Order: sequence, then C-alpha cells, then structure tokens
Amino acid sequence: MRAFTRITGIAAPLLRANVDTDAIIPSREMKQVSKKGLAEGLFAGWRYRSPESREPDPEFVLNRQPFDRAVILLAGRNFGCGSSREHAVWALLEWGIRVIIAPSFGAIFRANCIRNGLLPVILDESDVEALTERVLQDPEGTPVTVDLVSCRVSARDIEIRFQVPPRDRQMLLEGLDPVEATLRHLPEIEAFEAADRGLRPWVQL
Amino acid sequence: MNASTLIDKIWSAHRVVSLGDDVDLLYIDRIFLHERTGSIALRSLADAGRQVRNPRAVFVTIDHIVETTPGRRHSSRMPGGEVFIEATRQSARAAGVTLFDSDDPRQGIVHVVSPEQGIALPGVTLVCPDSHTSTVGGLGALAWGIGSSDAEHALATQTLAMKRPPQTRVRFDGHLGSGARAKDLILYLIGQYGAAGGAGHAIEFAGSAIEALDVEGRFTLCNMAVEFGAWTGIVAPDDRTIEYVQGRTWAPGGAQWDAALAYWRTLRSDEEARFERELAIDARDVKPQVTWGTSPQQVIAIGDPVPPAPVGGGRGQEEAARRALEYMGLNPGDRLTEYPIDAAFIGSCTNSRLTDLREAAAVLRGRRVATGVRALCVPGSTVVKKAAEEEGIDRVFKDAGFEWHEAGCSMCFYAGGATFPPGSRVISSTNRPFEGRQGPGVRTHLASPATVAASAILGRIGHAGELS
Ligand code: SF4
Repeated sequence: MRAFTRITGIAAPLLRANVDTDAIIPSREMKQVSKKGLAEGLFAGWRYRSPESREPDPEFVLNRQPFDRAVILLAGRNFGCGSSREHAVWALLEWGIRVIIAPSFGAIFRANCIRNGLLPVILDESDVEALTERVLQDPEGTPVTVDLVSCRVSARDIEIRFQVPPRDRQMLLEGLDPVEATLRHLPEIEAFEAADRGLRPWVQL
Repeated sequence: MNASTLIDKIWSAHRVVSLGDDVDLLYIDRIFLHERTGSIALRSLADAGRQVRNPRAVFVTIDHIVETTPGRRHSSRMPGGEVFIEATRQSARAAGVTLFDSDDPRQGIVHVVSPEQGIALPGVTLVCPDSHTSTVGGLGALAWGIGSSDAEHALATQTLAMKRPPQTRVRFDGHLGSGARAKDLILYLIGQYGAAGGAGHAIEFAGSAIEALDVEGRFTLCNMAVEFGAWTGIVAPDDRTIEYVQGRTWAPGGAQWDAALAYWRTLRSDEEARFERELAIDARDVKPQVTWGTSPQQVIAIGDPVPPAPVGGGRGQEEAARRALEYMGLNPGDRLTEYPIDAAFIGSCTNSRLTDLREAAAVLRGRRVATGVRALCVPGSTVVKKAAEEEGIDRVFKDAGFEWHEAGCSMCFYAGGATFPPGSRVISSTNRPFEGRQGPGVRTHLASPATVAASAILGRIGHAGELS
C-alpha cells in the first residue's frame, strides 16, 4: 500500500452534503475488472456536459483552474456515502486527490480510503468552511498543507489539528499491507478455529 | 459480569485477538461476493499469490448486471458487462467457492439469497463488498458492507480488523400507522434524523413494532440502516426468526440445530445493557412515506408539501437541497400527489421478497396500470420468482400491466444499457434516490411496494388508501 506522510497543494472545495459514491464514480464508468483506468469516470455526471460527449462542464470545480490540479478535496458532510464500491477511492487517487477533508464520511468509503493511502481528515464543519473561505480568496496563492505526522492542516494563518485513529495512522504512515499484518496473527486465527469447532459446531460448513 | 448488548455478545464470540485501541481482529463466518465488486477482490487476491482461506465459507452470486428480461441466460444489461460475469465465474471456479451462476435456480440478489439459502444465520458474522449487507441483520446476523480490499483481506484470513463501533438502540413502539409498512418506518426514521443520523453506529432495532414485523420486513428495515448512515443494523432473533431459518439449505440440522437454537435464545440485549444512544419513534405517527429529493433524508408523508430549502445548517445542506429540487423538477410547497409518474419499479434488495410481492399484488388485483406508465416487477431471487408464480402472483402483476422479470438488481441502479428516459419520474421500491442512480436524469421517488403499486394504478404518486 502507498504510504502517506505529508502533502502541500491546491485544495478544491466541493461542499455539498451527502456526496455519494455513485456520484464520485457512476457505475457505468466501471468498465473493467480492474482498479485502473477510473480517473476519466471521476464525477462523470457532474464533470461532463453529457456522458457521451465528454465535453467538460466549466461550472464544475475540478474543471476550473487551479482546482484542476487539486490534491486535496474540501468536502461536505457524509462524503462518500452510499455504495461500497472501492472504485470511488481508486478513481480519486488516479485523478490526483490524496486527502479529503470533510465533517464526516460514509463508513465504508472511509475504510476504503485508509486501505489505499488516501487520507480522510475529519474536521468540524465550521473549520472546513473557514478553510474554504480562505482558499476561495486566492486559490492559487493558498496552498493547503496536510501533515499526518503532526496531525495538522494548515493554510496561511490557519492551523487546525485533527485526529486519526492510531491504527489507521500507522497503516497510512508505514504503507503497511493489511493482509500481511494480519497473517502475523495466524496462530491465533488457527487457535480460534480449533476452539470454534467445539463451541459453535452449527456454524461450520 | 457486565450487562451486554446483542451486538456485544456477537462481537465477543468472534474476537480472535485484541489489536489494541479498541480494535479487534474479528472472525468472519461467511463471505458473499457479487460480480461487480467481488470479482476484483478474487482477482486481486489471486494476483497477490494468495489463496481463499476457507472456500466453503465463500459464496458468489451474479446479480448486479445480469440481464433480467424474461428468458435471459447469461447476457448482461450493461454494455460489455459479460466480461464481469465471465471473470467472476472464472475466479469463483479457480478459488473453489460456491457460485450461484445466472442460470442457477438459487441465483438472485446477494442479500435476498443469503438468508433464503440459510447462509446468513442468527449470531454469525457475514461480510460482502456491498453496502446493503446490513440487510441480513434482520435475522440477527452481524453483517456489514466492506470495500473490495477488505473483502480480499477476509478471503485471505477469514478475519477483519475492526474498531468496535458505538451502539444505538432505536425503539419503534406502538401499532404502525394505517397503510404503513417496514419501508415507511425506516424512511420516516431517516427523515427525522437525516442520512447521517446513524453516525456510523451499530444499530439495534427493537420495540413492539419491530417484534410485530415479519422477518422479511426486518430485512427491509436493516437494509436501509445504511441509508441512515449506520455501520449496520440488527434485530434480535425471536420465534419468527427461528421459524424463518429452519429447514433452509445451509442452516444447521439435527443435533446441530438444537445447539444453534440454544445459543440463539441467548442473543438479546440484557435488561441493564447500555447503549451510547437511544432513539424512540412512535410507530403510530408513521404514515406512508415518499422521498421528494435525491437523498433518502428528503422524505415526506404522501400528501404533505415539499418542504422549503433549509435555512442555515451550513452551506453544504443548502446547496444540496437546492440542487435536489432542481434535479427532481420540483418546488417547495408542491404536493407530490399532483405529479404524474412515468414508471413504477418493484424490486431490489430492499423490497423484492415474497411478502413484498404479495403486498403489491394485493393492491394490483383486479386493477390496471394507468396508461402511459411503464411498470416492472423484478423478483429478488429465482426462488422468490418461482414461489410467486406458484401462488399465481405473476398473473396478478401481468394482468395489471406489469412486466414480470427474471431475478437480479435490474433497474435499481444504472450501469449503462436500457433504462428509463432522462427526466422521467419513477416511483421505486429501491433504496437510493440519488441523481442518476436509475439512469441519467431519471427522477427516483422511493416508497413501499404497496405505494409503488398504488401509484402505478393512479398514474401519479399516491398511496393504497386512495384506491376505492
Ligand atoms: S438491488 Fe440495488 S441496492 Fe441492492 S444490491 Fe442490487 S444494486 Fe445494490
């Protein structure tokens, strides 16, 4: 897995609440059994004037300069709710987003972010709005820094601390392979299974 | 010993080892996959040179993009979708797991099949890379949706590292309001507390209105726990549950059944058990509901006016409400009962089981779908479809003017291919009224099967009580 420590760059605001994974990557854009080739379908319903023409809609934030180079997304409440499709995370990463800052996230989406080295940062809604105001005053001149080592978001005179659960933070910082990490507990898994056969014989298939 | 909740009890029974910071390595009893997000997990696992740890605990169904028009075999509704189906089939065979292929009599929507086959059972842990896995919480399983990477992890290790979630108990007490169903209960709850109201909690649904629900109604409730923003939902198993489970293909039999039964009887929250949060809904207040917007929280009782856009509540909320009104072609103050519909859809993991189809058929019997309305019924599984046909329910649907499809997710979501035209207004028994969910520009209104059937007859949004 890709590690994450610190990034500085353009932050794009997309503050509407309840942005779901169907909006992040419409199902019709998942064309192959693959984690790649998904960036083109990112926000396809909003980014293009029509699904066929692929003509960019200049109104959509990620089509406007300098947000077309964004590495951070400032988002609304419950971002990534809906379908479990991990393709939403793969598409965001492939397009170039490395951090999403929102008041809350869909639970599965958040877990999917951690598994793929995309950092989900939870801040109070008022902090997300304050960051957005600041960025909108001068988007080009207001790079945002997100530092997972010190757990701080900063932009000009703003500095806000955030928290990430310790295990998630460690996974992200070290870029650990979760399966590898779990297989270190193989003896415990085997012991559980052996005991379980006696305790819950009715579960066995 | 401390008093425990139902969820505590199931959690503790599956703890392999504590990983610190409230994270446990939990044992996963059953894994379900489908062609849309499961095939990538199987492929990725194989690419990493790893094996499925216990193929007997893994089941795969083809549901999302399989064609559902009558007489289909292996074709896909999605242009080019056959590659997903074929890839899934190949990966499933190579991994030695059980596959319910598109022509298998047990095939159907994953969350319909897993309890129907006795794969989901009370007290087991079950995961699937699909958000509506919470559905089978309705029979007392601890089940939740995961991403493809976590599915890969579960396949390789039969475990998941999980942070213990906070818990909420939602009590629904009293008799359900006239004409209201399980679907209306959950829509009402989401309307009261918002689409993020569940706050990632594990939710136990309890109270006399839940005890009075049949198990299939409890599936509907737990299905949409995720639209409430919950991590999952669950209902304590009771006599109805046990009756439901008994005799199903993968359910335990003989002496194992007795052992299971003894354990299942212990699966309820202790009197003294504490929840982080308790919510209470008076079920008598719940009338038939319908969503007006593009989030399930944008919901009203049928006949009530569309509310004004919220003032305050943050920039995101306002923008979302404005955008929803525009997309849905509505104005605040409108009554949805004045809006004609173009289509009616009965299906999806929320409402496509036999009791749902019976509920709709009771409304449709002896009536005709209004002219100009396209109406479809897509049973949730091939087993449901057969059972409905044996009862003659298919005839009721067809005589009323409904299309009668093969089992699958069908037009619950759009993956390309044939769907409703842009701008069309569809009343649907599904779970997500998102923009474009049923097709580009399609306007989805969620409601119960009874309401969908009634609206199809009326040619506009309306509830069954309006039919003479
Ligand atoms: S029926 Fe709809 S919501 Fe349910 S699993 Fe299928 S696509 Fe998802």
